[in-house]
Amino acid sequence: MVSNETASGALAADAVTLYFLFRLPSFRRHALQRRDFLALTGFTAGSLLIPSFQGRAIAAEALQSTLDVKIKKTLADAALGAATGSGASYCDVRVGRYLRQFVITREDRVENVVNTESTGVGIRVIADGAWGFAATNELTTDAVAKAAKQAVAIAKANATIQTAPVQLAPVKGVGEVSWKTPIKKNSMTVPIKEKAEMLIDVNTSALKAGADYVNSILFLVNEQKYFASTDGSYIDQDIHRIWAPMTATAIDKTTGKFRTRDGLSAPMGLGYEYLDGDKAQKFTSPNGVVNYGLSYDLKEDAIAAAKQAREKLKAPSVKPGKYDLVLDPSHTWLTIHESVGHPLELDRVLGYEANYAGTSFATLDKREAKFQYGSDKVNIVADKTQYGSLGGVGYDDEGVKTKEWDLIKDGKLVDYQAIRDQAHILGKKESDGCCYADSWSSVQFQRMANISLKPGKEKLSVADMISKVENGIYIVGDGSFSIDQQRYNAQFGGQLFYEIKNGKITQMIEDVAYQIRTPEFWNACTAICDESDYRMGGSFFDGKGQPGQVSTVSHGSSTARFNGINVINTARSLG
Amino acid sequence: MSMLTEAEAKAILDKVIKLSTADECTATLDGSINGNIRFALNNVSTSGVITNTQLGVQVAFGKRVGIATINEFDDAALERVVRRAEDLAKLAPENPEFMPAVAKQTYTPTKTFSETTAAITPEMRAKVAAASITPCKQAKLIAAGFLSDGQSFAAFANSNGNFGYQKSTGMDYTCTVRTEDGRGSGWVARNLQDVSAFKPDSEIQIAMKKAAESAEAKALEPGKYTVVMEPAASAGLISFMMGYFDARQADEGRSFLSKKGGGNKLGEQVYDPRVTLYADPNHPEASVLPWDGEGLPRKRLPIIDKGKVVNLQYSRFWAQKQGKTADASPGNLIMEGGTKSTMDLVKSTQKGILVTRTWYIRMVDPQTVLLTGLTRDGTFYIENGVIKHPVKNFRFNESPVIMLNNIEELGKPVRVGDDESPFVMMIPAMKLRDFTFTSLSDAV
Repeated sequence: MVSNETASGALAADAVTLYFLFRLPSFRRHALQRRDFLALTGFTAGSLLIPSFQGRAIAAEALQSTLDVKIKKTLADAALGAATGSGASYCDVRVGRYLRQFVITREDRVENVVNTESTGVGIRVIADGAWGFAATNELTTDAVAKAAKQAVAIAKANATIQTAPVQLAPVKGVGEVSWKTPIKKNSMTVPIKEKAEMLIDVNTSALKAGADYVNSILFLVNEQKYFASTDGSYIDQDIHRIWAPMTATAIDKTTGKFRTRDGLSAPMGLGYEYLDGDKAQKFTSPNGVVNYGLSYDLKEDAIAAAKQAREKLKAPSVKPGKYDLVLDPSHTWLTIHESVGHPLELDRVLGYEANYAGTSFATLDKREAKFQYGSDKVNIVADKTQYGSLGGVGYDDEGVKTKEWDLIKDGKLVDYQAIRDQAHILGKKESDGCCYADSWSSVQFQRMANISLKPGKEKLSVADMISKVENGIYIVGDGSFSIDQQRYNAQFGGQLFYEIKNGKITQMIEDVAYQIRTPEFWNACTAICDESDYRMGGSFFDGKGQPGQVSTVSHGSSTARFNGINVINTARSLG
Repeated sequence: MSMLTEAEAKAILDKVIKLSTADECTATLDGSINGNIRFALNNVSTSGVITNTQLGVQVAFGKRVGIATINEFDDAALERVVRRAEDLAKLAPENPEFMPAVAKQTYTPTKTFSETTAAITPEMRAKVAAASITPCKQAKLIAAGFLSDGQSFAAFANSNGNFGYQKSTGMDYTCTVRTEDGRGSGWVARNLQDVSAFKPDSEIQIAMKKAAESAEAKALEPGKYTVVMEPAASAGLISFMMGYFDARQADEGRSFLSKKGGGNKLGEQVYDPRVTLYADPNHPEASVLPWDGEGLPRKRLPIIDKGKVVNLQYSRFWAQKQGKTADASPGNLIMEGGTKSTMDLVKSTQKGILVTRTWYIRMVDPQTVLLTGLTRDGTFYIENGVIKHPVKNFRFNESPVIMLNNIEELGKPVRVGDDESPFVMMIPAMKLRDFTFTSLSDAV
């Protein structure tokens, strides 16, 4: 069969290398993107040889180049002129060049190396009070002017069936500015040979440490985005991201049991320096498990993964019941994403995503009532500015300068995530700056900002936190995830589970998943470690919209404690 | 440019093959015109048409492979894309599992194209939206939905003289209807190759009825229940499981189809004897292209026969290594059933739960294909053959392997699409015993 890319653990054919790429923490992932991604790796069974969304395959050297900013401004001005000339009251133009590189390995071999490029121009306008959008991959002033006029025509057609005109929160033009992800080393400049040899060395080390199989991948992204609008902004941004997913598999042939352990890294808004393995960014748990902050040691983690995957084969199965959970940031990010990030997206709250992503339990009246979303220890912020984060940019995709803002303050719901055409619904004077499009050819819309749990205000280490837990489970890494369409009932797994008895970590256990009801879960948060433990996790594949788009987002936290959470045992027998 | 005729496509592909100086060359040409309309809160929110044509060239020097693509088709562009693929191949590391391009094949055309679907206009899409919204407005309900439709062609050629060309169409409609107070929600979906059979006026009534009737949901204790699953409710679970029918995974010991001590479960009774599942590119209601991504010809392929696993998916590399035959990867999944409708199955149910659809299905444990997810948009309690009242949604933790051993009765197979599945599917309504619900959800 072709692979079911939602799989975690085992996948069809050689696509096993990719399974972790598909454990997307989106509410749902898109068949299109998943299939295209498989196509990219050459493991597809569809009729596609080439992934369309990834763009054209190009030579690696081309990944290091940029488009001349003067050319981008000329194209933008042509579109702005054509749009306003045809009756648009507002126009924004995005000239995008999206570069990606994948190095895919398994055990002792490189399975694929792919470089892709996708370049084009997306033009969004307001005419007669309605939105219109058109895009072209032709980088000529004639082509963009034509697309701009097409966008105006679509807007005018949409205006006839629209019940209320678009209301845009004001943005002051910023003139010609630029922003770049603060990276130390552009990943695209590192030779493929060096990357491939590094991954093979990682795999070999994991095999030596006891893994039966190991997959590792480098997934590198550079988005060169130019934004111009009739507000008078010309914003040139150079955005970099890196992800190094890895999985070790251990097999017990006699029992037929198999277990995997995924890498404990996170996708990051950083350059190749993320892989330097800076010791200052190592976070060692009281039982010796090593987690990572803004720097990652892939080889060290692969060796640990191999040993822990073997250990999982023998670990006792959890006894279901209520436990106090101690959650590492490498795990908590996904719980934050699903149970706070999504329900506080304003378009979901209002019902615009009802047919797909769903709606939200966190309705507007709950904000008015200062709904107790969590305990008073819970402070959750949205931001688009954090260093190293996937959401970090200077300006969003409608030219709004990015910021940090409160969503949950002392446990109370205070705000949502809104963009320019939604701000008025909340009585806000400005957009929150969280508008994003996954391609020049997609329409930008409200996407999740980085949503993070603030560290505890008082000094508290992981060891101190665990020392006070009588009957608990310590969870590291993200596992399976599922949540309902209003974000009430969720279930999460993990990578590593350890029993805590009377303040001490006793042993590894297996088959753990916990089930929550969102407000009860966050109200059960009784302690959060201080800022010295703060780290981010994140996803390259947050899906939303119809047709679907993916977005990237990070979620930070310090290790946190949740009391009395329902844990189920996931072991089954197939007879 | 986006839809090319067979002759036009062949002319371009032939040129590409001739331009290549590599040991072998495979070229694919795909084009499509896709339209959509989206609505929410009883208003159209977006609509558009996306056209795309793309040429992909894969070449190999020995075991080194390079891939390049382009969306221009003049002679200079064709030359450029071939050279780019060749340059990439020369730089690529050797792939020890490289398999040469397939030999010349014979394909039997399948009926994947419908003129009616290809002729859908923006006006018709707007009418579908209106047909969904208007009755909802009148009934004080709120509709949110999406219609996407399209036509496409797929063509390819390789340096062994192989060639294929075929056109396809498809449409997918989903609509979620909610009560104004947000206490009821219903859903309807239709996935078709030929739009002539699509009747939005009657489809929307299904979602409206479920929305109105689900508003007064009562909470039942989680536990094991007899369930009547509509085809859309079990499709996602079955499709998920089929992703694990790979022979190599099983042989390597990391699949539910691995055998203790080594090897795989090919030939073993894994399911209830009433489970028969196959792929067939020529199925009258669920036809797919007569080749897979490698260019292997698809034919009727039994996968599960009377509960026995009769075929695993061998990649060409793994088949060669294991001395097996590599069959084309299926494009559809056809599960056999009976003649009864979902409501017929309800009639014969003493106590049970009717499930409209399942949502956010994810793997919990690949060892047993334990999946979790939730019911959504119409979950009802059945007593003595009738629907008694709506119930709150449940979270389930269940393995499709266990589920397909707990069959009470199978209904009539229906074509279903699933946005998380690569397959076109024919899935029967099912009555199953001991389906495991592990918690309640307050979500509507």
